[in-house]
Amino acid sequence: MAIAVQIPSPLRIHTQGHETVLGQGQTVGQVLDDVTRQFPELRQRLFDGNQIRRFVNVYLNDEDIRFLDNLDTPVKDGDQISIIPAVAGG
Amino acid sequence: MVKTTLVRGLKCRLCGKSYAQEPINFCSDDFGPLEVDYDYAAIAQQVRRQDVEKRPFTMWRYRELLPLDGEPTVGLHVGGTPLLPAPRLAEALGVRRLWIKNDAVNFPTLSFKDRVVAVALSKAREFGFDTVGCASTGNLANSVAANAAAAGLRAYILVPAEIELAKIIGTQVYGAHLIRVRGTYDQVNRLCTQIAFKYGWGLVNINLRPFYAEGSKSMGFEIAEQLGWRLPQHVVVPMAGGSLIGKIHKAFQELQQLGWVAPQRYRVHGAQASGCAPISTAVKNGWDTHRPVKSPQTIARSLAIGDPADGYFAIRVIRETGGWAEDASDEEIAEAMTLLAETEGVFAETAGGVTLAVARKLIDQGHISRDEEIVLCITGNGLKTQEALYGVLKEAPSIAPRLEEFEQLLEAGQSTVAPVRLADKQLALVQ
Repeated sequence: MAIAVQIPSPLRIHTQGHETVLGQGQTVGQVLDDVTRQFPELRQRLFDGNQIRRFVNVYLNDEDIRFLDNLDTPVKDGDQISIIPAVAGG
Repeated sequence: MVKTTLVRGLKCRLCGKSYAQEPINFCSDDFGPLEVDYDYAAIAQQVRRQDVEKRPFTMWRYRELLPLDGEPTVGLHVGGTPLLPAPRLAEALGVRRLWIKNDAVNFPTLSFKDRVVAVALSKAREFGFDTVGCASTGNLANSVAANAAAAGLRAYILVPAEIELAKIIGTQVYGAHLIRVRGTYDQVNRLCTQIAFKYGWGLVNINLRPFYAEGSKSMGFEIAEQLGWRLPQHVVVPMAGGSLIGKIHKAFQELQQLGWVAPQRYRVHGAQASGCAPISTAVKNGWDTHRPVKSPQTIARSLAIGDPADGYFAIRVIRETGGWAEDASDEEIAEAMTLLAETEGVFAETAGGVTLAVARKLIDQGHISRDEEIVLCITGNGLKTQEALYGVLKEAPSIAPRLEEFEQLLEAGQSTVAPVRLADKQLALVQ
């Protein structure tokens, strides 16, 4: 199952300019693993080891995955994952 | 004034990677927050404490420690708010030396946000933006709208749909494009991040955030100068995104580094509302990182940020200075708002109620010693959050314009708008 992952503009340099890339998997983590296999430069920017970096927020559709099951959150056809920098607001 | 050389650029707070001064807020390597990198040696050479003292009493008297290349062009009259001795409140709390830093009377929009906006919009002009904006819980919306209007900048302002009426009117009146988003502040914030990428506008707390946040330091500089160039032993700061508390700490650090104040131990304490307390919960549980709150529920709407961008750093500052954090219920917040008003004549918004209610808890718990000097940071004005006191204050009695009706009222011991306990005191004086 291919899930769309939205890439914020500052990271598109690592996705050959693509705003949205597709990843395979049953969970958010698997999809991101697949995407970062295709675009290895993304890996170290999004992950610290196996964890999402502290100042990276990941959303499944409109929900922050920290309110779901984090990287283990299951995905289904038509879902969209967004990566949004966390350093904003206040 | 040659100022360009005082700012080296931006620097990632996590990995230290350097960037030129640009409208960006995070590191492209690890998403860490970017912070202004100053040349303190050059600052120390260029300005002395005596020079600062000769300047007008606004936030710009500390301009070498604020990140502009040229002269400020927006918010020239911001800051310079009173540091009030608070003896009657001190007595009520059972402490000896208490001060209120009163940003409820900041100009032009009655909150500390005028400080950050003055820097952000001056910087926006340096970058050449003609459209600015923000994600806000209300106070920032008011300040961006007013200061953008005066500067002739177009403003797009996004807020959660359910904020106080005064904050909506106090944004629209300036001609800003106000958009009410059906969602939490964190959802508004996320939307604004997407807007900033797409439209290339100067959003003060998104892509201008490294510069914007520095404006808060001026509150710390003023506290130290108003105390006679020294630091208080305790400062209690409300926390929403968790930025202000870190910047007050940074201000105190910079003043020590420049030798403008003597090095002194101080503790920085954080205050949140119980209905949205990710940072104080983390402090109390010994966590390094906050856990976000999905649906904040508090009358302190200006503090209702469930996923504070600077939560991690706020926790560190509190821990490193030996401070603590607490949170206050809606009832405690409203009660503290009336206590502050009745004892010191300061009508603070709900966030001020949070700060005072938490200060009282920290004193009672022993985190703040009763003999030591305390500064409470009051960041917003009560006229903007009057809804919070509906049902808390008694309805004022209404009489015909006849002396006997007035006297009947006195005899019945009726209070006017003030709660009963003070009305009794007032009556005792009259009789």
